[in-house]
Amino acid sequence: MTERMTATIIDKLWDAHAITTREDGQTLLFIDRHLLHEGSFHAFDQLKARGTKIARPDLTFGVADHYVPTRPASSVGNPDAAEMIRQLERNARDYDVLSFGQFDPRQGIVHVAMPEQGLTLPGLSLVCGDSHTSTHGAFGAYAFGIGASEVAHVLMTQTLWQKRPKRMRISVEGRLPSGTAAKDIALTIIATIGADGARGHAIEYAGRAIRALSMEGRMTLCNLSIEAGGRLGLVAPDETTFAFLRGRPFAPKGDVFDRAVEDWRRLATDADAAFDRDVVLDAAAIAPTVTWGTTPEQAAPITATIPDPSRIDDQNKAQAIRAALDYMDLRPGQPLDGIRIDRVFIGSCTNSRIEDMRAAASILAGRRAIVPGLVSPGSASVKRQAEEEGLHTIFRDAGLEWVDAGCSMCVGMNGDTVPSGERCASTTNRNFKGRQGQGSRTHLMSPGMVAAAAVTGRLTDVRGLARE
Amino acid sequence: MRPFSSLTAPACPLPIVNIDTDQLIPARFLRYPRSEGYSDFLFRDLRFDTDGKKHDFPLNEPAYAKAEVIVARRNFGSGSSREGAVYALVDYGIRAVIAPSFGDIFASNAIKNGLLPAQITEEAAEQLLAAGDMVAGRPVTVDLESQTITVGNLVLPFAIDPVWKKQLLNGWDDIDLTLGQSQLIEAFCTQDRQARPWVVPNAS
Repeated sequence: MTERMTATIIDKLWDAHAITTREDGQTLLFIDRHLLHEGSFHAFDQLKARGTKIARPDLTFGVADHYVPTRPASSVGNPDAAEMIRQLERNARDYDVLSFGQFDPRQGIVHVAMPEQGLTLPGLSLVCGDSHTSTHGAFGAYAFGIGASEVAHVLMTQTLWQKRPKRMRISVEGRLPSGTAAKDIALTIIATIGADGARGHAIEYAGRAIRALSMEGRMTLCNLSIEAGGRLGLVAPDETTFAFLRGRPFAPKGDVFDRAVEDWRRLATDADAAFDRDVVLDAAAIAPTVTWGTTPEQAAPITATIPDPSRIDDQNKAQAIRAALDYMDLRPGQPLDGIRIDRVFIGSCTNSRIEDMRAAASILAGRRAIVPGLVSPGSASVKRQAEEEGLHTIFRDAGLEWVDAGCSMCVGMNGDTVPSGERCASTTNRNFKGRQGQGSRTHLMSPGMVAAAAVTGRLTDVRGLARE
Repeated sequence: MRPFSSLTAPACPLPIVNIDTDQLIPARFLRYPRSEGYSDFLFRDLRFDTDGKKHDFPLNEPAYAKAEVIVARRNFGSGSSREGAVYALVDYGIRAVIAPSFGDIFASNAIKNGLLPAQITEEAAEQLLAAGDMVAGRPVTVDLESQTITVGNLVLPFAIDPVWKKQLLNGWDDIDLTLGQSQLIEAFCTQDRQARPWVVPNAS
């Protein structure tokens, strides 16, 4: 291993987990946390075929999220989804893994529930068979999504062979204007660098606007790293991080916690450490942002109009815009503000934490939604807290459905889908064709913006509805 | 894993950017065990409408019925980590995808399943997509050792990570290699337990 005089946080984390490096440059990384969900069954099938055990069940944790019904009644009509949840429970039991089942008070979306339990810590290497695992980078963890074969590899060895990524720093300087949120930073970044702009890179988010974000905001931002093509995005841990972690059920306690914090303080990029790419954004220039197309890079401020492909020189790009507008049933030059919607969804690993619930509720309080919609808190714990704060009453009074925690309408695997042809204002992470259901049309935006869309039945600038 | 050395087979052009994993395989099919085969799920909603009627999509055309290669535009396989996207391609009979760039997780999953992600320049992709129209259904040769794609008189180089190349050529599986490192892994754990005692969680 090369000793660096100065290093980025990305290199520090990498070096701390490197077991050995081959001549060809591949490094065997130790994995501190492995998170499982129902989709992990492919890897368990591989394990069974080999007849082996799990190397480190004490570092492996599961939770049911992708197939969990969000309404008690909906599980009855969906035996396949119920079987997926039982399958995870069987595998967890057979392999001695602690897994939070459908009715466990700790259940929730893996990227919401695990941080909440204190299972995500700074300095950890963390993997999960889900691309939004980058979420956990919010804590200064080296966290990335992996495929089923890699899940099987980690189950069997608690390690992974990886190539050192290139390093990208995205600095967001200045102060975020009111009415904007972490989601707007992320969508602005993706629109700026493209859906593959961070391909092959690990991202460090830095700058004053990032430091000012809560843990919830940092999780939203890191969550969307993969939508910019980055497998991993992180924020160096600081007092905000330590305060969030103190007292969490699985977090270290007492002296061990204090000792850990000492270690964690060293997880910062050295002053003159070099990145392969530096991107700088001005927070003050960020506006409430929505997507209009079928990739998260097709995003623009709510005050903008839809681009006209006939004015774009790059023929492939113009063709992609035409295809997206055709699918989305939108016109070139059409203002984003005012586009009619059919439905809203507030939830997903991107935006379903307590702060997101509060942001949406603050707009919906005392108002009525004129379109139907679902509000799915990210975990049973977020649900309990929101209900203690009375937020569920605000959502219900507004005419929205307040349901249980799960991946729900972000990916539709539990049966919560957007009907074909309908347009949904959604706090989720992917506006891909058919993502929320066959023929569904998705506009991604912040929770406040979705609440504003619910009230007006159109894509709307939340700043016109905000109360100070 | 099935090794990949050289392949001569029909190629199907998909002149589309950002073909994401939700297009490759819609989420509703991911609950099926691999043993049942994933071939019917490939590009399901691009190939068929809700009634099962065929859409106007290149892979539905008779000329490409026997395609084992796909040529696409940039950011192929972006999106989710679902290995089902690779299972669907492989089970359908696709052995190589040629594109200017790939989603990182998709490419990694592809290698694990013997599917070649061959990276070419944007210009080369356009040349190939145009050539595909001219020689619809005629075979393309993808040679991993020399890292070349040959269609008619056109010979184009492609890039691939040298580690992945070796893995594909040999059909190597990581796990056996890793299990050979168990002493190093154990030594790491012993040292790490002292250095970072806070890593192993204890619920209170």
